[in-house]
Amino acid sequence: MIHAALGPFGDAIEFIFKERESQAGTVRVGGLGEIWDFTSTHLLLSFTATLIATAIALPLGIWLGHIGRFQFLATSISNIGRAVPALGLIVFFIAFLGVGFTNVCAALVLLAIPPILTNAYVGVRGVDPETVDAARGVGLTGTEIATRVELPLALPTIMNGIRIALVSVIATATIAPLANVDTLGRPIISPNVYGTAGQLGSCIVVALVTLGADGAFAALQRAVTPKGLKVGQRPKARRFALKFPIPTRSTT
Amino acid sequence: MQAATLEFRHVHKQYPGADKPAIADLSFRVEAGDICVLVGPSGCGKTTAMRLVNRMIDLTSGEILLDGRSVMERRPAELRREVGYAIQQIGLFPHRTIADNIATVPKLLNWDKTRTKARVEELLDLIGLDRSLGRRYPAQLSGGQRQRVGVARALAADPPLLLMDEPFGAIDPINRERLQNEFLRLQGELRKTVVFVTHDIDEAIKMGDKIAILKEGGHLAQYATPSELLMYPADKFVEDFVGADRALKRLALQRVRDIDLWKAATVRTGEDSAAAKAKLADADLPYLLLVDDRGRPKGWLSDRALSGERIVEDLRSSADPIVEMDDILRDALSDLLAADTRYGPVVDEAGAVRGILSLEAVGHALAATGGHVPTATELARESAAHDGRATADGLSSGSGSDLARS
Amino acid sequence: MSGLAVTPVLAQLSDDFFGDRQGAADRCPGNNELCPGWIVDNFTDYLNPLWEHVLLSVIPLAIGFVLATGLAMLAHRYPKLAPPFLAFVSILFTIPSIAFYLILINVTGRGFATAVVALTAYTQVLIFRNVLTGLREVPQGTVEAAQGMGMSSRQILFGVELPMALPTIFAGLRIAASSTVGIAGFAFFAGAGGLGQSIFADPRFRGNVVAASVLMILLAAALELAVLAVQRALTPWQRAVSR
Repeated sequence: MIHAALGPFGDAIEFIFKERESQAGTVRVGGLGEIWDFTSTHLLLSFTATLIATAIALPLGIWLGHIGRFQFLATSISNIGRAVPALGLIVFFIAFLGVGFTNVCAALVLLAIPPILTNAYVGVRGVDPETVDAARGVGLTGTEIATRVELPLALPTIMNGIRIALVSVIATATIAPLANVDTLGRPIISPNVYGTAGQLGSCIVVALVTLGADGAFAALQRAVTPKGLKVGQRPKARRFALKFPIPTRSTT
Repeated sequence: MQAATLEFRHVHKQYPGADKPAIADLSFRVEAGDICVLVGPSGCGKTTAMRLVNRMIDLTSGEILLDGRSVMERRPAELRREVGYAIQQIGLFPHRTIADNIATVPKLLNWDKTRTKARVEELLDLIGLDRSLGRRYPAQLSGGQRQRVGVARALAADPPLLLMDEPFGAIDPINRERLQNEFLRLQGELRKTVVFVTHDIDEAIKMGDKIAILKEGGHLAQYATPSELLMYPADKFVEDFVGADRALKRLALQRVRDIDLWKAATVRTGEDSAAAKAKLADADLPYLLLVDDRGRPKGWLSDRALSGERIVEDLRSSADPIVEMDDILRDALSDLLAADTRYGPVVDEAGAVRGILSLEAVGHALAATGGHVPTATELARESAAHDGRATADGLSSGSGSDLARS
Repeated sequence: MSGLAVTPVLAQLSDDFFGDRQGAADRCPGNNELCPGWIVDNFTDYLNPLWEHVLLSVIPLAIGFVLATGLAMLAHRYPKLAPPFLAFVSILFTIPSIAFYLILINVTGRGFATAVVALTAYTQVLIFRNVLTGLREVPQGTVEAAQGMGMSSRQILFGVELPMALPTIFAGLRIAASSTVGIAGFAFFAGAGGLGQSIFADPRFRGNVVAASVLMILLAAALELAVLAVQRALTPWQRAVSR
């Protein structure tokens, strides 16, 4: 058995692929079926929260960046966001609003808003003022400038913000079982049922899912970057920025 | 250390992987105390040539001799501490005070504190900055002040050779003119050997004792004094690069005092009208110029002013433009054209009329091809010589055409 | 099953930490309310976790700073190293910390050291990136001027490039400081205590959650301010500019 050679890791991997008895011997746990259930709940929760956060923060950030005011607001939101511990926020929601998918999702939305808002703001503000001036000069209206000039040019930065938010949310959703939402964090939070093998197995899956989502998003990012930006970017500095988003916040 | 000679001997530079050399068989010699300007279109290798001297780049073959000794025999760091270096972006250290910036090379050379401090203060005086500015940071200075500090830093260890790579390139035209004049005045006193890189032929003509025009591939197209270059361009390339207005550019090399001025008929109020009219016979211009007690021009007299027995102050027009003896001919001509007139009174340092500059006289100067046309540094040296306080004053004064007001 | 059927370890903790609260006669804590009076009375219970949290934040930051700065200087010297370094530290950063802690205890065992290893790993990307960016943003002209005056590459690195990169480096360090405080909130998964342990010990009791969370936020703010103070002291020319 090669699993044995890997010690606790071998046991954990076996948990992922093969069903077994729970610690108390009352139910069957583990195996690809249950892991898949956890994973789909985990991703559903994360995507929902990120989507809602994007729907709120993106238009707001672009608008704030377009009118160029409230810089203090836009940047302090991200600072405050960084300082508030994810753990505290989730537990806060549970303690004050109770358990359930909606509540934990609302908490995750709050976590996801700051990086999206700040990056949208910074991205739009970062568009070369001469480009905006030229757009105004050829007769584009304010809305047209925002949607046809600023948005495409700010897209790499905006996408970075969403990517950071998504990764944070996936990581934080690990503690969602505290609110009775059975994500991949369930075996981590309840080793008395799933055993240490379940705990470690889930950790491995969570890590892989996070890295996978991050990688998939990076590919998406590359696909939506305007061609002109890719061609024109100065070789090193920009390529970095694309591949590796500036992580402005971390959570779990 | 005063100044060193610099000689390029068949210098060749080829970057690895490049199919053409960056510098090809470059030979010229710069005498001690001269400013040699390397000029040419972009990509001609002028900056490369300069950087070969302090081994920022190493040459492929040939020799560069600094005071007769090959630079390739020297350790780069040691060589560079001995050669002043000022570049376009200035490259001041934003995290160090002005004094610390100037003291960079003395510190590398392990000078003791007292000596370094004294040298920094001396240099601040020399470039006309208040000593209290030594405690400031570069960001607190104006662009022109930073540029001066850049030059002071390059001069800190009293190097016999100064390399300057487009040092005034990023400065607006008015300040550039001022800094050029200040540098020439400084050079009139210090007499360093200077290698100066620029792409601006006008700057080259103004600054250079000798000009090396390079063309693409690092070939030396011509090495000559500015006036030789303007009068006898070696080939079509030099002719084009110098510009179709090269005859006009020679005006930049001459001063009003260098050409034959017209004699003026000057009169004062209260003078006898008949005697005044008699003066016209002797003058080159049939108009009377009214001057004050000290001989300063007030304006051109109208006919009515002479109708009485004595001259009264009744002007047909002002005396503008008033030209100074030290003005560059080009500027004086420009003043005449701008004032829409053919004549302007020329005054000396005291402001007294010495003659009349006319379009005809300028034309005559342009036509005369022979004779020695002095370079700008020679002029600066002359004026520095006959006016001891010139250097420091000129630098500290914020006024424009400093060269003119020695 | 119950959502709060936490691990035996956690349940045990809860008893130790809040032994006096369970079944408290006082109505307020018994109803899981905010209870300011209870917080004041039991404030000393949070001092030990707070101190653990301080250590869990400061030690990884210090080690991480030295390590990441060294790596960034190396990557600055040998630019080919930069992309693999950055990819590696980015991946480390992406892994959720709970997973990281629990995977790591199977390698290095439970305890403070394991938490420090993980937290140090998380600081790397933030500090490394900013140090490298700071070094790269030093204008070419400044470096050339330094070379032209005969400074050695070591003199240029320590005398010119690093000082000029300080503002960017400190910006990274500030972000790393508050991030580390946040991630250290999960360090109890590695058996290293901290304020996260207090939160988890009784996550339904509002008074407890608020007290511990506020302490974490205050600690993050205090650390950021401390870093800012050091930055101000080390970069006098920055203040000169803004004057």
